[in-house]
Amino acid sequence: MTTVLVFEQLLNGLQFGVMLFLMAAGLTLVFGIMNLVNLAHGSLYMVGAYLTVAAVQWTGSYPLGVLLGLAGTLLVGMLVEVIALRTLYERDHLDQVLATFGLILFFNELIAILWGRAALYTTLPSYLQGHIEIIPGSIYPVYRAVVIGVGLVVGAGLWYVVAKTRLGMLIRAGASNRTMVAALGINIRLLYTVVFGFGAALAGLAGLMAGPIYAVQPGMGELILIQVFVVIVIGGIGSIRGALVGALVVGIVDTLGRAFLKPLLGHFISPPAAEAAGPALASMLIYLLMALVLAVRPEGLFPARSG
Amino acid sequence: MRARTLILAACVLLLLAVPALATLAKQPYYIDLIRRVMIFAIAAVSLNLILGYGGLVSFGHAAYLGVGGYSVGILAFYGFNSGWLQWSVAVLASALVALVIGAISVRTRGIYFIMITLAFTQMLFYLGNSVEEYGGDDGMRLKVKSQFSGLIDLGDPVAYYYLVLALMLACMYVVHRLINSRFGMVIRAAKSNEARSRAIGFSPYPYQLAAFVISGALCGLAGALLVNHTAYITPAFMDWTRSGEIMFMVILGGMATVPGPALGAFALLIVEDLLAGWTQHWQVILGPLLVLCVLFFRRGLAGLLPGSGKDG
Repeated sequence: MTTVLVFEQLLNGLQFGVMLFLMAAGLTLVFGIMNLVNLAHGSLYMVGAYLTVAAVQWTGSYPLGVLLGLAGTLLVGMLVEVIALRTLYERDHLDQVLATFGLILFFNELIAILWGRAALYTTLPSYLQGHIEIIPGSIYPVYRAVVIGVGLVVGAGLWYVVAKTRLGMLIRAGASNRTMVAALGINIRLLYTVVFGFGAALAGLAGLMAGPIYAVQPGMGELILIQVFVVIVIGGIGSIRGALVGALVVGIVDTLGRAFLKPLLGHFISPPAAEAAGPALASMLIYLLMALVLAVRPEGLFPARSG
Repeated sequence: MRARTLILAACVLLLLAVPALATLAKQPYYIDLIRRVMIFAIAAVSLNLILGYGGLVSFGHAAYLGVGGYSVGILAFYGFNSGWLQWSVAVLASALVALVIGAISVRTRGIYFIMITLAFTQMLFYLGNSVEEYGGDDGMRLKVKSQFSGLIDLGDPVAYYYLVLALMLACMYVVHRLINSRFGMVIRAAKSNEARSRAIGFSPYPYQLAAFVISGALCGLAGALLVNHTAYITPAFMDWTRSGEIMFMVILGGMATVPGPALGAFALLIVEDLLAGWTQHWQVILGPLLVLCVLFFRRGLAGLLPGSGKDG
């Protein structure tokens, strides 16, 4: 039975990794192109989750609610970019960190005013509930499987857009030399707003998919944001390929660590000691991994500025 | 420079008079508030050493508040109540943690440095959350305050107030002396032009690492003070928003000035206190306020002082 258990936890890790990737892709794109450190990326994740919950309740239809939630997050993202962040591109990272930190406080409190501090729970439509049998002897929740599928499809779509389309060409060009792109007659401000909105929508997608799995509450964005930082530090900042590899590694290591570290330690040290050390070590595992990667490769695994 | 010295001296005199004024006005709450502010001022002063002078944007300074606080808390948990021991351990443990974090992070630059310091602090935060022995995420109470062999009673709010004031001024003096020493020159040189400082024969790494460790140690002291102030220690000491607040104090007050971080701590925490007294949703006002400060108020409060053309 243990292989089945390991398989299930691997899938859970994949599911978590896919969500981390959706977040990391937006963050790393915005950093790579606008050179902006956006701490408020986690707030957009939260906004996506809340807007979707509200829209699903309002329309009574899950797919419609998801679409409205995504569109709403896209709009909120573009609005934030135009109002607050646009002036920050030329500033140093310190100013960007502080200003977006201010935005986080604002968004968390605004959400608390509108929806209260208690966690919300989303009800899934019946076709997303229940379980499927992926390998014999193992049943897996349909919803989590759908999350993995959506994440992989969006990831492939992202690759296609960035590598094969005109917009992607502009994005890559903007990352390597923004002055030249502007000189060639491209409206760089519009491009920035579009890319930011695009990243916001990806964060919103991660947030709305997280809703039914984790609790929807103010501050939910920061929990994942810092893990996303670990992902892009491991992957190499500005690199989408790095974000994908980093996200899958972090997702799987974190999930497997939480599931198996305690019983594994039990083989080597006394059970009470493993009981105490297991969870502590499991929660530190991804940070240790990050330290290890940085000790070997200070620029991350894929240090390209874009890709 | 004279007007500036006078204003700062007036500030110190005002701080000296706070306990008397608060007692006179029958508002002992203010002794408590200003003491807390001064403890955070120490943390901000320590961060300024690496952030303001060294240009190392550490987004994890709350880690040392936590390490200092937990050192005191854990020793007290096992019945070691001597303040001499507790506070020395707090400072040494913070220095040690800063050495480990710094050894990895100081090698990196810019955005990597920001994210790595943040991530390590988060790691310590989760460590504090998951160790059930010391209260997990509920934290634990400090039953007995640090004992200084009868020399000073931290349970006496006024005596403790003056101790914190003295330590805050001492920390500012230490940073002032450090910055104007040969060591401080190297730190500042590495900030303004790393390539050039290498060219004249100073590899910045050991100097920056040393500054990082000193900064962590001073902040560990603030942690030891804070746990005695609140009589409680929780992982929330190390919450990453705490790091952000300390960082903001430095910027608001004025980077790379000696009085700046303390001014920033006063401004931020007193505004927070006023807003919190006014509405429960004060953060919805504070957040945009922070954004506006970053966008339009770049020189900080210390920049408003007369004679602020050069470093204090």
